[in-house]
Formats: sequence, C-alpha cells, structure tokens
Amino acid sequence: MTTVSETSRQYSAGSKMLQRQGAAVALILMVAVSWLVFPRFGSLDNLRDLALQGSFLAVIALGMTFVIITGGIDLSVGSLYALGGVLAAWGSQYGFLVALTLPLLVCGAVGLVNGLLIARTNMAPFIVTLASLLFARGLLLAITDEGANTYQIAPDSAFVELGRGTVFGFGYPIFIAAALAVLGGLILNRTTFGQNVFATGGAEQSAVLLGVPVARTKIGVYTMSGTLAGLAGALTAAYLQSGVTVIGVGTELDAIAVVVIGGTLLSGGMGTVLGTVIGVGLIKVIQNVINQIGTLDSNYQSVVSGVFLLIVVVLQRILRR
Amino acid sequence: MTLQATRTAARTGWLQDNGVYVAVVALLLFNALFTANFLTIGNFRTQLVQAAPVLIVALGMALVIGTEGVDLSVGAVMALAAAIIPLYLGAGPLMAILMALTVGLAAGAFNGFLVAKVGIQPIVATLALLVGGRGLALVIADGQLVQLHDPAFLALGTDDLLGIPISVLIAGLSALTVAALTNRTTFGRQLVAIGGNRKAATLAGLPVNRVLIGVYTICGVLAAVSGVLATSRLAASDPADMGLLMELSAITAVVVGGTPLTGGKVRVLGTVMGVVLMQLVRATLIKHNLPDSIAQMIQAAIIVAAVYVARERR
Repeated sequence: MTTVSETSRQYSAGSKMLQRQGAAVALILMVAVSWLVFPRFGSLDNLRDLALQGSFLAVIALGMTFVIITGGIDLSVGSLYALGGVLAAWGSQYGFLVALTLPLLVCGAVGLVNGLLIARTNMAPFIVTLASLLFARGLLLAITDEGANTYQIAPDSAFVELGRGTVFGFGYPIFIAAALAVLGGLILNRTTFGQNVFATGGAEQSAVLLGVPVARTKIGVYTMSGTLAGLAGALTAAYLQSGVTVIGVGTELDAIAVVVIGGTLLSGGMGTVLGTVIGVGLIKVIQNVINQIGTLDSNYQSVVSGVFLLIVVVLQRILRR
Repeated sequence: MTLQATRTAARTGWLQDNGVYVAVVALLLFNALFTANFLTIGNFRTQLVQAAPVLIVALGMALVIGTEGVDLSVGAVMALAAAIIPLYLGAGPLMAILMALTVGLAAGAFNGFLVAKVGIQPIVATLALLVGGRGLALVIADGQLVQLHDPAFLALGTDDLLGIPISVLIAGLSALTVAALTNRTTFGRQLVAIGGNRKAATLAGLPVNRVLIGVYTICGVLAAVSGVLATSRLAASDPADMGLLMELSAITAVVVGGTPLTGGKVRVLGTVMGVVLMQLVRATLIKHNLPDSIAQMIQAAIIVAAVYVARERR
C-alpha cells in the first residue's frame, strides 16, 4: 500500500513539476532546436530583435496576469495599447514628460473605470472590458480625425530614444519590460496586495468573509492592466516614431493566450509572472522560426500558435487530474 | 418589506426583463420622428439584411452562453466556411454549402469535445480555434480574396422568397427553431439546467457531455450558415475579413438581450431584440452622420447601460 501511495505521490509531484515548468521546458527545447536548425536564429541581431518584439507584449501580459489571477479578464488592453501609442505620439510635441505620462494617465483612467464597474456593480468583467474595448477604439478615432491622422514623433526627441535607444545593442524596452516583470513578481509574491490578488481569485466569497478588500484589489488590478497597456503603447510609439492607429486589434487575445500558456489558470487563484514571460518567449520564438522558414507564409503563424495553445491547455488539464 | 419597496423591486424587475424591448421601441419612435426616409420598406429591408448574419450567429451564442459557456471561435468558423466555398463551387452550390456547413459542424463538435470531455474552460478552448481557425482559412485560400460567379449561389444573398430576402428568411427560421428547441424540448431544459448548476445536473443524471457537445455543434453550424450567407451577399470569399470580431457582436447582442453570462437562462426573443437594437443603434448613428468614433463610444455606453439594468443583484 505504501509503495502505491508513494509512487502516486511521486507521480503527482512529477506532473505538478511538469505542469509548472512545462512551458519553460518547451521554450528551452524550441530555442535549442531552432539554434541548431536555423543558423540565423542564434545570431545576436535576431535574438535582440526577438527580445524587443516580445517586450511590448510582455508589458501588456503582465497586467493581464494579475487580472486573470483575480478570476477576471481584460479585453480592453488591445485598444488601450493602440490608444496609448497615439496619445504618446500626440503628446511628444509637448516634451518627454507629457509623451510618457499622458498615455499612462488616460489608459490608467479607463482601467480604473473598468475596475469600478466590475467591483462595485457586479457586472461581468468580460462584458465591461468588451465595452471599453469599443470605447477606447472610439476615443482613438476621435483624436486622430477618424484614423486619418498619424501623429509623428520628432526623430531627434528624447522620447524616441526611449524606444530606440540601446545598451549593448539591446533596446531600452527590453530592460523596461524585464524590470517591470521583476517588480510585478515581487508585488505578487511578497506584498499584501499580491496575497489579496490570489485570495480574490481563489475563493472570492471566503475572501470577502475573511476581510480581504476584494473590491479594492479588483480596482487595483484593472487600473494596473490599463496603465501597463498604455505604457506598452507609448513604448511602441517611441520605437515606431509615430502613433500608428491600426495596431492592437486582437492583442488582448494574444495577451490572454500567453498568460494561459504560462500556466496561469483562467479560473483564477493561481499563476506566475515568470510563466507569462516564458509564454511570451514561446509565442515569439514560434513566430520567429516560422519567419525563418521562408516557404511558410505568415498565416501559418496563427495556425501554429492556435495548435500550440491547444496542446498546452489540454496538457495542463490532463496533468491536473 | 414595505409595500413601497415591493413596488420598486417589482418595477426594477420588470425593467430588468424588458429593458431591451423598451429600448427598441424607443429607438424606433425616435427614428420615425427624426430620421428622414426611415419608415420605408427599402430601409427596413436593408436593416434586416444587414442584421441577419449577426442574428444567426447570436442564436447559437445564446445557447452556448445558456450553458455558462462562450464561443469565441464563431468569426473564425465563418472565415473557414468562406474559404471552403470556392473549393467546392465547381461541384455545384449545394455541394459547396454542404461542405461549408460540415466544417462548421466539425469545428463546433471539436469545441464541444474540448469543453465537455477534456474539461477545458470554454474561453480558452474556443480561443485556440479563434487564433488558429482564421489562419487555417487563410492558408486554405492562399491568403487570396476569390470573386464568386455562380449565379445560383449568389442568388442566396440577393434574391427574395415570398417577398422576403432569403437570408432574412433563414435567420427568422433559425430563430423559431432555436426558440422551439429551448422552450419545447428536453434538450432545451437540460441545457438550461446544466448552465444553472453543472454539478447538480451531473448528479441528477443528465447527459451533460452530450448536451454540451450538441450545443457547441449547433453554434458552429449556425456560424457556418452565417458565413455562407455573408459570402454569398459579398459575392466573394474573403477569409481575411469574413466574420472579423463577430464573436464580440454576437456576445454583445445576447447579453444586451437579457441572457446572463452566468448561464442557466436563454432568452431567444431577447437575443433577436438585442441584435435588432444594436443594428438600430448603428443605423441611427450613421443616418445622423455621426462619425465612427462617436458611434463606437455610444455603443460602449449602451452595452454598459443594458448590462447594468439587466444585472443580477447580489
């Protein structure tokens, strides 16, 4: 009897490890194989590019991680990402500070309204943030003359430096995303707010009874998610030197996908920032590899991403049994 | 509870259930009074033809939401249906339509399998098909838009039957069928029971898996029907744009129509009215020359207001 229970315990420990580290193992394998098969993959230029492309999504997905751990969802981040970029580009004519703070304030305010509606009126996060997806897109169109006006950022301004400047060839956005991820991980695991985030998503009613400030926690995570989406938009605008109006459509789904691939459960109460970062890495490596295979057109990217997402969630589900 | 409080509760309860009808009537009145050329047969035809594809998708979505699920893949399924049609149009329009519907059926059954048998949350299960499905459609179509010339197939989008556009007729029939399914059959009662409390439904011995797979399959087929009709009306197979963001329009219509996202309730007439309301809002804003930006922000406000009124009190 004891041997049986021990084996099953070992098995469950092993599967738990695999569940937690599965994405990391997959990422390491993917990188190793790509490195061997595609000579250009391992070049410093390609890796820098990969990290830079991933950093914008990572900033958005960080906020999404917090939201999903509380058991919610934020569909507005794709629109807020685009809105943040446009606001930054418009604000850049008034200097660095305006270009950076305007998108953070406006997108943070939209996130705050999301949080207030969700926490105070018992409306479903899905539908509230769906409405603000529309609202933010509308606001973007309103300030860009119905999308006809793309604000440019002066190429010699300090703000462009934020998106295009490099240290050892690695762009500033990579360091910003990394710093935010570390900060996010610390907040999630070492602070009372982080504990409240887990408690809210784990068992909301018990959390309320235990005196966890559930409403305040929810308002906090949605405000954070909106602010981070705005920041990602501002960084993207700085990198592109303009406020592109058509970006961000469907970005919310990319963000949700990488969070789920990273092992954070959509039912809430469980998740890690590191997993999300690994999820971003995986998606970006897949895209990069498909680009390297010249014969495959970019439509295969979404097919592979979809299949990959499916494999991950099925595995998670099987391992949890 | 005092009499006053009871009355107030009854009144908010009434508004909760019938808000969408009030809104539709109010909007119709507003347009009748202030919009030129609104009360014409031609205008009503246009509005209905535009609303038909959304309605067909929303009906399937209402069933899925009734089981406490959601189907994000409907737009991708529409794109898949659109991509399939030109491949089989050589064998006749009937064959093309049949193949498109088969793809919808397979996609829906796949979603249902993931949700019911594997136990994956509906959002993630159908998100995978949303991400991959449109890509697959584009791969099938080689990323190309294909003009369609088969007169019999195009008639589906342009012709009338008994003076009613065929697509509107199909949408109406779908609504009646789904209404009968939810209100008059065992399947409908089981569906609502599962959405209300899946554990209890399982313990009560309901065929939970079979019903769930059935519901997602119906939703997939209806999405494919909508894709076929929209493709025929467009006279082209356009997998890049077909059904883009349709999942959001359909969910909005269902929720605005009073079906809660928490499951356990399906309002078919409410869903029809939800689609009509959103269509009327869009038409009103366009006819009064409001720019797209304002139109989107007003739609956002209407969604929030509708859901606020219809929300479940704590």
